[in-house]
Amino acid sequence: MATDIEVTSKELAIHVDPNRERLLREAEKELPLEYSAGWSDPETYFFKSGRGVSRETVEMISRMKNEPAWMLDRRIKSYDHFLSRKMPSWGADLSEINFDEMYYYIKPAREQGKTWDDVPQDIKNTFDKLGIPEAERKFLAGVSAQYESEVVYHSLREDLEKLGVIFTDMDSGLREYPEMVKRYFGTVIPYKDNKFAALNTAVWSGGSFVYVPKGVHVAIPLQAYFRINAKNAGQFERTLIIADEGSYVHYIEGCTAPIWSEDSLHSAVVELIAMKDATIRYTTVQNWSNNVYNIVTKRAVAHENATVAWIDGNLGSKITMKYPAVYLLGRGSKAEIVTAAFANQGQVQDAGGQVWHCAPETTSTITSKSVSKGNGRTSFRGWLKIYKGCVDSVSAMRCDAMLLDKECRSDTYPTIEVDEEKVALGHEATVSKIGEEELFYLMSRGLSEREAITQIVNGFIEPFTKTLPMEYAIELNRLIQMQMDGAVG
Amino acid sequence: MVAAPATNAPIHQSSSDGATLAIRDLHVNIDSREIIHGIDLTVNKGEVHAILGPNGSGKSTLAYALMGHPRYAVTSGEVELKGEDLLAMSADERSRNGLFLCFQYPTSIPGIQMGNFLRLAMKARFGDAAIKTFRKELTEKLRILKMDESYMRRYLNEGFSGGEKKKAEILQMALLKPEIAIMDETDSGLDVDAFKVVADGVNAMRGPDVGFVVITHYNRMLEYIKPDFVHVLIGGKIVKSGGPELALAVDQHGYQPILEELREQGVEIELMEEAGATYAREEPTEREHDPFRSHGLTGL
Ligand SMILES: Nc1ncnc2c1ncn2[C@@H]1O[C@H](COP(=O)(O)OP(=O)(O)O)[C@@H](O)[C@H]1O
Ligand SMILES: [Mg+2]
Repeated sequence: MATDIEVTSKELAIHVDPNRERLLREAEKELPLEYSAGWSDPETYFFKSGRGVSRETVEMISRMKNEPAWMLDRRIKSYDHFLSRKMPSWGADLSEINFDEMYYYIKPAREQGKTWDDVPQDIKNTFDKLGIPEAERKFLAGVSAQYESEVVYHSLREDLEKLGVIFTDMDSGLREYPEMVKRYFGTVIPYKDNKFAALNTAVWSGGSFVYVPKGVHVAIPLQAYFRINAKNAGQFERTLIIADEGSYVHYIEGCTAPIWSEDSLHSAVVELIAMKDATIRYTTVQNWSNNVYNIVTKRAVAHENATVAWIDGNLGSKITMKYPAVYLLGRGSKAEIVTAAFANQGQVQDAGGQVWHCAPETTSTITSKSVSKGNGRTSFRGWLKIYKGCVDSVSAMRCDAMLLDKECRSDTYPTIEVDEEKVALGHEATVSKIGEEELFYLMSRGLSEREAITQIVNGFIEPFTKTLPMEYAIELNRLIQMQMDGAVG
Repeated sequence: MVAAPATNAPIHQSSSDGATLAIRDLHVNIDSREIIHGIDLTVNKGEVHAILGPNGSGKSTLAYALMGHPRYAVTSGEVELKGEDLLAMSADERSRNGLFLCFQYPTSIPGIQMGNFLRLAMKARFGDAAIKTFRKELTEKLRILKMDESYMRRYLNEGFSGGEKKKAEILQMALLKPEIAIMDETDSGLDVDAFKVVADGVNAMRGPDVGFVVITHYNRMLEYIKPDFVHVLIGGKIVKSGGPELALAVDQHGYQPILEELREQGVEIELMEEAGATYAREEPTEREHDPFRSHGLTGL
């Protein structure tokens, strides 16, 4: 067994724009000093459920969506499981989540918009401020904008539609492609997987349904944007992406919420299916406000020679628990999980990645970068399983934590179970502080202490940033600078 | 201690009145142990001061303390930069006010691209306006220092060879145009070519707008960069000052004669028991093999 394996898959190398550096620099404008997505809109909703969740809530959601019986049945089973299932005994402390306080279903508008002008004015303004229509015009192949429980705007470039690409909200997916949804829904993440997957399956609404036909390369990204607006809102989107043989798709999600003193709950389920020779790249740049519990189950299956990449950036939120996972089912399949987390004052980022090698010649890398500031806490949970018979598999796990203050904390929990001898493994974990020498060196060249620390932190998570398309790299650098600037405590 | 004028010194003498850098009775501790025991030194723009001294004598300590490293605590004394209290400034303020340190061991920082870093440093020193001319200036300096454009995409000093690191320091110095530049053993660990490039780079910068403090323990640097004043630093004190002839004397006879002279005068010197501290003359064998000697190039 060898150690120190470096694995990078060529398929995943992001297309490098020759202007990337210049554009990144130009974006270094003056930044707001606080969470900049923290405004809220007045609630003029079409429908808002009462607080709390019950069997009636579940039935009401299904009825309003006019769902087939099997889905209602699945929701009810899931609800029962949610009730019977204990809170996870590991990970972050979730005891303060008050399930009875939350609103489980909010429908902001009667209809989904086909153009932005169809979207209610306040909501449209919000997405304008978040820069979504602009991004859509500039560099996206399709956009889905979810506000509370429903997707309020949706678009897909015509040429992709003609090629047979499906990109729609999950509810429309269920209506328009009932067979496909019934066949795959919940196959990667069964509702019994964990308490929050059960809750999601019971009350899910919105999210994306994506299908990319055989051999189709969706060269530019599809993006979904999730916005929570109301106090105590729960958002439970459900996403299913199927990349058929030899296809390629890059899906990006972003998310924000207003700053409320009351907690919100975001609990999504995301299932990816990469068929033979397909590649799915799933990128998240999350920027929740500090009152959001973010507990998300993300898992993928990769068939023969398929590649799945989870690029997962976690900023903001009160507590995040998220461990994107890949089942490598087919010979020669690959998983790449790159995560970055920033835990500021009062925040817990409990993140990581999981890979199951279930076939020979499979490859996985898990790379995690975390930064803690103030009394923020980060945890890395890495799970690696290589089954007997998965010969010539390669896996590398690496996690680096940086601590900016005395009270912050970082923990690493790697679990590695290898039943096959003929494999190559690498595992490394480091914890560092901002080095006095690095800081002094930068300051001796005129950079202020704050600037110098920001540079060092940006440099530290650069292995993550460089996997992002330029626009998101800019956004991430900004968010980090904001975290550095923001008052602590 | 006022330095003696060198034979080929500029007309003005180094005087502490209105000097660019004026150090008075500086004492410096590292971890509450005193390393610098009272140093006086005055450097004006246009002058080149050399500081010679064996390993462990406190040369880097002096340099770090002047630049404002938090671990190097100034316990007493005064330092003025252009009439302002240098010691009251943070390291970045010192830099923005025109002080520069070429590090003996430059720090490497992963993830920060050289090009971006230089741009930030220029912006810090000269404001937004500097960004406009940055590209052009950079290209020119890279040419002088025989550095490839690809340096700019590499991470700051990460994986740089010794020579590349020193060149990168000179590049930063050339861009930031300091009024006082301290060079801490920029000459050590360089091969012939790198050494010449570095020396030429420094000579190209020389002029009435900048004062240099060149720290070295070899004379070879001083053959390329002719100093106006030479100071010998031993045991945390400047024990002797003079002109270029002092550097020559040290080169030929080592520090021993100076130490004996001091002993006769009853001056106490705290000698560091450093592994690398050599108070005797450099080994002649090393001199014979010193590639820098076999070159006729003076660089001046
Ligand atoms: N970071 C440090 N921590 C502790 N001691 C130090 C440190 N740097 C220098 N010293 C001590 O200070 C003395 C002077 O060192 P230095 O200034 O590096 O000498 P020079 O540069 O002349 O070789 C030496 O005794 C050295 O051991
Ligand atoms: Mg030194």
